[in-house]
Amino acid sequence: MSHAFLTATASELGRRIAARELTAVEVAQAFLDQIERTNADVNSFLHVDTEGALAQAAAIDARLDAGEELGPLAGVPVAVKDLFCQEGVPTTASSKILQGWRPPYSSTIVQRMLDAGLVLLGKTNLDEFAMGSSTETSAFGPTHNPWDLDRIPGGSGGGSAAALAAFQAPLSIGTDTGGSIRQPASVTGTVGVKPTYGSASRYGVIAMASSLDQPGPCARTVLDAALLHEVMCGHDPLDSTSIDAPVPPVVEAARSGDIRGMRIGVVTELGGEGYEPGVVARFTEALDLLRQAGAEIVEVSCPNFTYALGAYYLIMPSEVSSNLARYDAMRYGMRTGDDGAHGTEEVMAITREEGFGDEVKRRIILGTYALSSGYYDAYYGSAQKVRTLIIRDFEAAFEQVDVLVSPSTPFTAFDIGEKLSDPLAMYKSDLCTIPTNMAGNTAGSFPCGLSPDDGLPVGVQVMAPPLADDRVYRVGAALERLYAERDGGVLTDQLVESWVPVDVAEAIGFDEWDLL
Amino acid sequence: MALSTAEVARLAELARIALTPEDLERLAPQLDVILEAVASVSEVAGADVPPTSHALALTNVFRPDAVRPSLGVEDALASAPAVEDERFRVPRILGEEQ
Repeated sequence: MSHAFLTATASELGRRIAARELTAVEVAQAFLDQIERTNADVNSFLHVDTEGALAQAAAIDARLDAGEELGPLAGVPVAVKDLFCQEGVPTTASSKILQGWRPPYSSTIVQRMLDAGLVLLGKTNLDEFAMGSSTETSAFGPTHNPWDLDRIPGGSGGGSAAALAAFQAPLSIGTDTGGSIRQPASVTGTVGVKPTYGSASRYGVIAMASSLDQPGPCARTVLDAALLHEVMCGHDPLDSTSIDAPVPPVVEAARSGDIRGMRIGVVTELGGEGYEPGVVARFTEALDLLRQAGAEIVEVSCPNFTYALGAYYLIMPSEVSSNLARYDAMRYGMRTGDDGAHGTEEVMAITREEGFGDEVKRRIILGTYALSSGYYDAYYGSAQKVRTLIIRDFEAAFEQVDVLVSPSTPFTAFDIGEKLSDPLAMYKSDLCTIPTNMAGNTAGSFPCGLSPDDGLPVGVQVMAPPLADDRVYRVGAALERLYAERDGGVLTDQLVESWVPVDVAEAIGFDEWDLL
Repeated sequence: MALSTAEVARLAELARIALTPEDLERLAPQLDVILEAVASVSEVAGADVPPTSHALALTNVFRPDAVRPSLGVEDALASAPAVEDERFRVPRILGEEQ
């Protein structure tokens, strides 16, 4: 009977737990059972913290039973990308170099979620150090897309997105450096938002490229993502780039979804050659629906977006080469070659050779090159100038429109193995998402149906100015409502039959559950 | 060619990664292709464009210089690859080729 909760929204679960119709423990147990049943197929979780989750849930139940009033997500389970430090819980960044490491402290985001009463189920798979668009560079095997197990779930946050699509968790969290929340959301038919840079604390999040990294929420519905956004975001004195400003009214926007009179700009440069026909078809359909709901659609040109991918693959590796210098085999993590015959620098080099995978090595070497004397101006320096030009493009565009839209990624989920040996082809997964990271504004990916080409999910990306995150949710909520009116639910409802066993579904009487 | 195999070998040395010959053979051509692809950035990077190092225009952020709890010795050493006398034990640092 406890499996009744698997397909419910986080807001519904929170409401029922607060009303004491459900206990946090039985909800947590249901998801732990579902992970146990399905993780061999999906490989979305690297570590399941059964004991910790049940203890957190029991504590929430006790507080609620004692009459304490907690937030809207108290008792609701969440899956955590294995890039967030959680005290005492194995944290690997999907790298051999950190295998077995248990952080002595928790990231601000993990602490905020615990303080809000969320129940942390465990750590999800990702590309090694969040470097990739398919979760294939994980040292612990790829995650499989619940829509088609031979396909990638996107990356780097493929584990967090797949966990939602396989009903292993109602909520999850990710980090987005070049699209690692939005592209996985797109290819799994889920919702993922990159908040404005500086809104969600990076303290205790394993760093990839610090000027671009930003944590954010993942969910199956827009309101659920907004509720988690509110828990995650807010000023943190422990992160020196944290913005000291109120969190925009994202929950209110997600509940409203009113886009009448809104001006929506379609970015000319984020389309055309290289975009699958099925992706373009669904994106065009989404524009039609937004127009019917009262928005005005115009075309806007952002000419320098064409250079964003190139600039990103100079700036990001430069920051990576610097950030990953800390894995020196001295104070924590893996050490090999320490046999008395090798000195410190040799042990460092042997350890890093064994501990890092190909993509991490490629990026460290590329960054070392881009920052080296004699090449700095031509590469890193030029890329920083392109960053200025991208920001100017956004500023000019937002003078004309309230939000910008594009497909979230040019193609649907590709086959596992298809692009692994062709880094450049893989990098194009993030063509549409990178400009937002470069400029530091906010964007989200929302499901817009299945591609007629291959029957796989397509996502639409909504971009808004810095600290206008509520606009992203407003448009996302409008889309969700328009599709629900047409299709009778959200996209992942189509996965219930495949992932929630029939006997379980019957036992709980699906009809009584409000899937939205 | 933008990046030769010898250059990649030198860069790996600087980055403290002991690349095997097989690694080098596989990674060097890939890095060359990537670098050629990203070189387009110089086309638009005119002298009149100021660089942006960070999306947020932040100046220094200060906090009060107050004592607060930090990691104890035991916690700090708990994940160390090697410990001796309550300290990190590291391989020898002298006598290496420079």
